[in-house]
Amino acid sequence: MTAGPAFAADDFALDGKLRLDDLVNRGALEELCKSFLSLFGVPVRIYSADGTLLADASIEQDICAYVNTLLKGRAACGVTVSGAKSAGPGPTGDVLHPCFTGAAYRIIALEYDKRRIGRFVIGPFLPLGVNEPPESLLKIDPALDPERARALLPKMPRAKPETITRMANHLKAALDLILFSGHRALVTSHMHLASVKESFRELEEKNKRLQEAYDRLKELDRLKSNFLATVSHELRTPLTSIIGYSEMLKEGIAGPLAGEQVEFVQTIHEKGGQLLSLIMSLLDLSKLESGTMVVRKKQTQISSVLAEVVSTLTPTAGKKGVRLSADAPAELPELRADPDRLRQVFLNLAENAIKFTPQGGSVTMRAREVCSEPEGDITSGFALLAPAQAELEVRVIDTGVGIAPAERAKVFDAFYQIDSSSTREYGGTGLGLSIVKRLLDAHSGRVRIEDNEPQGTQFVITLPLSPPTPATQSRTA
Amino acid sequence: MQLNFAPREVTIKLVYYGPALSGKTTNLRALHSLTSAESRGRLMTLETKDDRTLFFDMLPLVFRAEDGKGNSMSLRVKVFTVPGQVLHASTRRLVLQGADGVAFIADSQVSETQANAASFLDLRDNLTELGVSLKDMPLIIQFNKRDLPNIRSDGEIEALAKKGREPVFKAAAVTGPGVLESFFGLLQLTWARLEKEHQLSKNLGIEADGFLPMVATKVGFAGDVWSLLSSRVGGAIDTPKSRPAAERA
Repeated sequence: MTAGPAFAADDFALDGKLRLDDLVNRGALEELCKSFLSLFGVPVRIYSADGTLLADASIEQDICAYVNTLLKGRAACGVTVSGAKSAGPGPTGDVLHPCFTGAAYRIIALEYDKRRIGRFVIGPFLPLGVNEPPESLLKIDPALDPERARALLPKMPRAKPETITRMANHLKAALDLILFSGHRALVTSHMHLASVKESFRELEEKNKRLQEAYDRLKELDRLKSNFLATVSHELRTPLTSIIGYSEMLKEGIAGPLAGEQVEFVQTIHEKGGQLLSLIMSLLDLSKLESGTMVVRKKQTQISSVLAEVVSTLTPTAGKKGVRLSADAPAELPELRADPDRLRQVFLNLAENAIKFTPQGGSVTMRAREVCSEPEGDITSGFALLAPAQAELEVRVIDTGVGIAPAERAKVFDAFYQIDSSSTREYGGTGLGLSIVKRLLDAHSGRVRIEDNEPQGTQFVITLPLSPPTPATQSRTA
Repeated sequence: MQLNFAPREVTIKLVYYGPALSGKTTNLRALHSLTSAESRGRLMTLETKDDRTLFFDMLPLVFRAEDGKGNSMSLRVKVFTVPGQVLHASTRRLVLQGADGVAFIADSQVSETQANAASFLDLRDNLTELGVSLKDMPLIIQFNKRDLPNIRSDGEIEALAKKGREPVFKAAAVTGPGVLESFFGLLQLTWARLEKEHQLSKNLGIEADGFLPMVATKVGFAGDVWSLLSSRVGGAIDTPKSRPAAERA
């Protein structure tokens, strides 16, 4: 195979690679042999294909014990037993291995899936017709007492060849079932492992492709931010001249201007200022995106930040006929934040709120200390954890046009505006809220949008009062 | 195929592919009951408690074959099924690996048309992933469940089969018809392909035309195996030149 999973085709079916010792549990095999011995009274041993003894159930026969007390007898017994151990079952798969005592062993092949994977040895047993000790036993050692041999030999289990064959078939059938179950279990586990490996390989490939795509996008994003920063910077230089010179013209430094000329120059100056603030926003955004915006955190009192915002925007609100107020108790704890950036956040939000609130409406900024809500359904230890996670919540509440639930997540995207017609009616660049979002991110804060019943919008800003835990610190980078 | 000259052993791997619940395991069970006890091994099924195939099923058919010179060899045909459920994609690919021939078991019910097509595309993709082209793979299609109502009609299947490349068999695996036909059809296609690639008849001393009748006898099929193959529609299967044209189909 040229591609795909890297292992042999039939590996999981283990074709031709099955080993008896892999398929069975030796202890259980030993028990099977013991039950064979207790049922038939004949010893049995099981060997693997390479001759390793896997299970053995035997009791020493009296005649064997006696012969083993004699020097030459012991030697001859050793030869017979090792012969029975090493002899193969021959091409027919069933051979008789004789012993000098007149007893015999049957060596029978063990097949699985029509392949030999081991053998078992039944015996010693006394074949039918052997009633007297043979010459080979009587002459094995001069010290042998023939009377004793005559008395002990018949104690050995006696069996007809057909009986041994039946016993062997029974053992084969039992073993075959065990082997099949073992094989099935082995195949299942191999297959399971192979499937997991294959799924893992697939996932890894996908992950690699995703990572590549992600890296590419990140690089593109970086390029975009760089581009924005450079362009904003380059735009600012000539714009400063436009604003400066139009201001000088307006003030009559280059000579007096006629009525309409003043008006035109004023427009140039005003629009130049708007353009500059747009460019500054772009610059802020790209700095925030690239992480180069410096946030200087210090102990900050939210009420003073909000008061500054109110005093800055009161003329704008007054012009529009909208009431602007801040409600921040002086006893609120201080938070660690960059006051300039926080002011930018609330200036943006309040300005936005004024813009979308019709005449006679109101915009209120209300600050309170709250406990953070438990995340998910983890409520254990809430009584301990919640007080340690106190937060400052500031709501910017207007009575304006409101924001539909479907739009709420999108308004924080850069350049997003609910619809292009609103841009015409209300003006703006669509950058304010995305800057707000990023500035809050830099303070480990959050922002969400709620309804203001019956009419309008509430921007809910939460900022941590306690030092952020290590998990949230990473977001401020 | 695994070819092992020392013990003279050939192993052919056939895979039954198809959508979930199209009757792949049922085909294997039927094959098991239609073959003689001496030639078949135990049917190994790895299934969940609701009878769905988890990894695969495998039916080994093993027999000894003699060539003209009295040499014997061992021939093993291992028939596998894949798990049909969509989620077992990686397992399907593992089972498919090293396949010598594929039987695609389709569900004849009209409602299963999309499932059949999707599974066939899955087969093609998995083979591609394994570096095998579908057109190089011996393949038969079986339209199973002919015993059910709301199925594609015989006429429709015949018309479709004539336009296609693969031999198509109709079957009702639950009761047995079409199971042996599909199996022998696939085995003959596979043998012809292996013969072309490895000159098996020369190397192993089995006559090209003698292979299928020999297997049929060994698995206990008493009838004429070639006439069994003529039940197919469409496609081409090499049959002995000596036979009358009508039977060669």
